[in-house]
Amino acid sequence: MRVIFWGTRGSLPTPLSARSVRQKVVAALVKGAHRGLDTPEKAAAFCSEELSFAESATFGGNSSCVQIDTGGPEYLLCDLGSGAREFAVGAIARHGPAAPQTYHILVSHVHWDHIMGFPFFVPAFIPGNRIRIYSCHAKLEQAIRGQNAAPCFPVEFGALGAQIEFIRLEPGRPYPIGGATVTGKAQRHGGDSYAYRIEKDGKSIVYTTDSEHKMDDVAAIQAFAGFLQRADLVIFDSMYSLADTLSLKEDWGHSSNVIGVELCQMAEARHLCLFHHEPIFDDARIEKILEETIRLEEITRVGRPLRISSAYDGLVIEV
Amino acid sequence: MEASQRLLAKSVLLLPTGRIDLSNADLFKDALLEAVAMAKVAVVLDFSRIEYVSSAGLRSLMIASKTGTARGVSLGVAALQPIVKEIFTISRFHLVLRCFETVREALAKLDPAALASYDAP
Repeated sequence: MRVIFWGTRGSLPTPLSARSVRQKVVAALVKGAHRGLDTPEKAAAFCSEELSFAESATFGGNSSCVQIDTGGPEYLLCDLGSGAREFAVGAIARHGPAAPQTYHILVSHVHWDHIMGFPFFVPAFIPGNRIRIYSCHAKLEQAIRGQNAAPCFPVEFGALGAQIEFIRLEPGRPYPIGGATVTGKAQRHGGDSYAYRIEKDGKSIVYTTDSEHKMDDVAAIQAFAGFLQRADLVIFDSMYSLADTLSLKEDWGHSSNVIGVELCQMAEARHLCLFHHEPIFDDARIEKILEETIRLEEITRVGRPLRISSAYDGLVIEV
Repeated sequence: MEASQRLLAKSVLLLPTGRIDLSNADLFKDALLEAVAMAKVAVVLDFSRIEYVSSAGLRSLMIASKTGTARGVSLGVAALQPIVKEIFTISRFHLVLRCFETVREALAKLDPAALASYDAP
């Protein structure tokens, strides 16, 4: 499977400001001064080899949307945050608007940042497309329909051209969806949220965002570690610091990099991808958190190494 | 994890040892809350013999800190080993708990009377 991240930011889209872009450009120019960067190739090599990711790029600003490419002809997405628009633009460009496609979409929950991309999801406007939206969440259809209605949006749900279906999933039960097997699990989050384990050909990906974990609830922790068991990739809500989740932001429904490492170590997972970045964090801060998480894994490692990465809009991970 | 305690004037010095993780975080929490209940001014944790603390252990510390704040008892953590210090930094616990290089420094800051008792022969 191939995982393509279209939206990685938590809570609300967070575009890079003109000021931030300018700061990056100025810093890069100063660092590259007198280096003979007089061709695009030399400049690109300099950016790759001598600038950090935060200096030369951005983690991005779209809210949650992750594509799972299972190798089949139909699309599989996790969540419909603002990143879904970017995904849709690419899909339409690839096939052309006249070629009908099937889109399978797993929705973790119906908080706005996870569904806000749907009104701008171009395939929904085009007759012939088939869109199947799945969730364990009871209010999925109500939320999606309500978003495409006055006074929130000018295009009513009924005016959309595609064939759109809502499918309620039962947690704990495996379903064949989009060329993979998908199993949901309830998570601790205000208004309910669900993780999905996606399996194909002996590989497994867990998409778990908007989830708070109470480490004194041993039974719940062990059950969740069981859900992550030996996953090849865990896409994990690491929005806050551990200290924040236990003080100011306790019961806000999110988790931390520290809990991500501990759960993945318990589960013997292979790869932890930090996801749902806090909107107030700039690129340097997110990069610092990634470095610290890599270090935490090193100093607490008990079994096989756990690979750590941090999601950004445009990241592709082969599983 | 084991913990011994010493009453110093109106404060308590707690000396836990070993690793604090999911398997013993409740024991650690009980020891902390007992110390908070005994103390009138401060609880100082001598962390010099703690090799590792997981999120469950940090949660116990946070609960004790909140309980202490409600009772007017300060909580300080002193003499963290390098690995534990890194865990505090990565988890940002160094921003929400009062951390000190040494036990003496913690006592001097949180309860000077307890420091005098600590130094007494």
